[in-house]
Amino acid sequence: MTQDSQGESPVRAGWPLYEVFVRGKRGLNHVHVGSLHAADDQMAVRHARDLYTRRNEGVSIWVVRAAHIVATSPDERDPFFAPSGDKVYRHPTFYAIPDGVPHM
Amino acid sequence: MSTHRASSTTNAGNAYQALAEAHDDARWAFGTGFDDPLSGVDTTLPDDVPGGKLAEYCLMLGDDALIAAHRLQEWCTNAPELEDEVAIANISLDLLGQARLLLARAGRADGTGRSEDHYAYFRDEHEFRNVRLVERPHTDFADLAAFLLLFGSWRLALLGRLTGARDPVLAAIAGKAVKELSYHREYAAGWVVRLGDGTELSRRRMIAALDRWWPFVDELFHGHPAEIQLATLGVAVDPAYLRGEFDTVLASVLSAGRLSVPDGAPVAGVAGRTGRHGLHTEALGGILTELQGLARAHPEATW
Repeated sequence: MTQDSQGESPVRAGWPLYEVFVRGKRGLNHVHVGSLHAADDQMAVRHARDLYTRRNEGVSIWVVRAAHIVATSPDERDPFFAPSGDKVYRHPTFYAIPDGVPHM
Repeated sequence: MSTHRASSTTNAGNAYQALAEAHDDARWAFGTGFDDPLSGVDTTLPDDVPGGKLAEYCLMLGDDALIAAHRLQEWCTNAPELEDEVAIANISLDLLGQARLLLARAGRADGTGRSEDHYAYFRDEHEFRNVRLVERPHTDFADLAAFLLLFGSWRLALLGRLTGARDPVLAAIAGKAVKELSYHREYAAGWVVRLGDGTELSRRRMIAALDRWWPFVDELFHGHPAEIQLATLGVAVDPAYLRGEFDTVLASVLSAGRLSVPDGAPVAGVAGRTGRHGLHTEALGGILTELQGLARAHPEATW
C-alpha cells in the first residue's frame, strides 16, 4: 500500500474514516449521509456506493477524509451563531415565492 | 416513473419541474422505487428456437449465478471489514437476481411453467448445470477476490455478447447483468491488485488463491453441445470465443498486481462430461443440502 499524501505512517491499525455525501438527483445538492472506513480514496467511493446507494438513493457520490473537514466547535456557538438570531431584517419575508420555485 | 415522465412533458417549459417531481418525500435517503428489468420486454418465445434447448441454456447460466451467490452468502458475518461484507452481500444479491430471472425463463421455455423455486429447490445434483468453478468453497479473502475476478470477467464477457441474443428475455437479462458484473469485476480487480502488490503475506496468499482456482478455468471455455447449437441460431454464445477477452482482462489486472497467470493443469472431466453435463465436484452436494433443506422439509411453505 502506498503512503498517503498526508505523510502519516503507511502502517496503521485501522482504515481512516471518510464522510459520505450523496446527491439524490440531478440539480439537488449533495447531502451528508454517513461515514465509512476505507484504505484509500478510490476504495472509499466504492464502499460508499455499496453502503449508501444500494436502494437507488443517488446519482453522484462525494467522499472526503473526515480528518480533512474543518468544523466549528460547540464552544464557539454563541459568538458564531447567536448574533444572527435577532436580525429580522436579514430575512426576505416580505415578498411571495412563486409556486413554480421548489426547494426555497 | 412513467407518471412523472408524463407530467414533465406537460410542464416542459418549466425549468424547475425536474426538481419538483418525485423527491418530495423527506425520507428520500431510504431510497426510491425500483425498475422491473423485464418491463416492456416481449416474453413470447422465438418460433425457430427449440424451447427445450433454450431452457437448458437458461439453467446453465442461472445455476452458475445461483451457486456462486450461495458461496458469496457464506461470507456474511465472516468478511474482514463491515464495508466489504456489505459489498459481497450486494454482489451475491445481484447474482441471485440474475438466477431468478434465468430459472423463471427456463420454466417458460420448456413449456412446463415451473417456477424458479422448483428449479432451485427440487432438482438433484446431477440436474444442476453450473460450471464446477462456482462450487469450490472460498478459503480466505484472497480466494474470494480471485474467484470474483475469474468468474466476473468470464461472465461479463459472456453476457456482454448475449445482450444481442435473439431471445428478447435473455437479451434483457444480459443487459441488466452487464452493469452488475462490470462492478463485480472492478471490485475484485481492486482487491487482487491491492493484495498482489501489498505485503509479503497478502501477496503470498493472492498467488496461492490464483493457483487454487486456475484448474477450474479451462472448463469455462468448453461449450456444451446445447450451447453450441443455440449459438448457431444466434440465441447463445459459444464460450470458446470468450477466451481472448478473458485473457486480456486477466493479464492487465494481474500485471498491475505484479502477479503472473497461473499454469496449473485443468481438473479432468469424466468421459468428457463436466459441470455443464451435470457432473460436479463433491462440494455441490453440501451446497444443495443447505440450499434445499428447508424447502424440501416443508414443500408447501410460502415465503
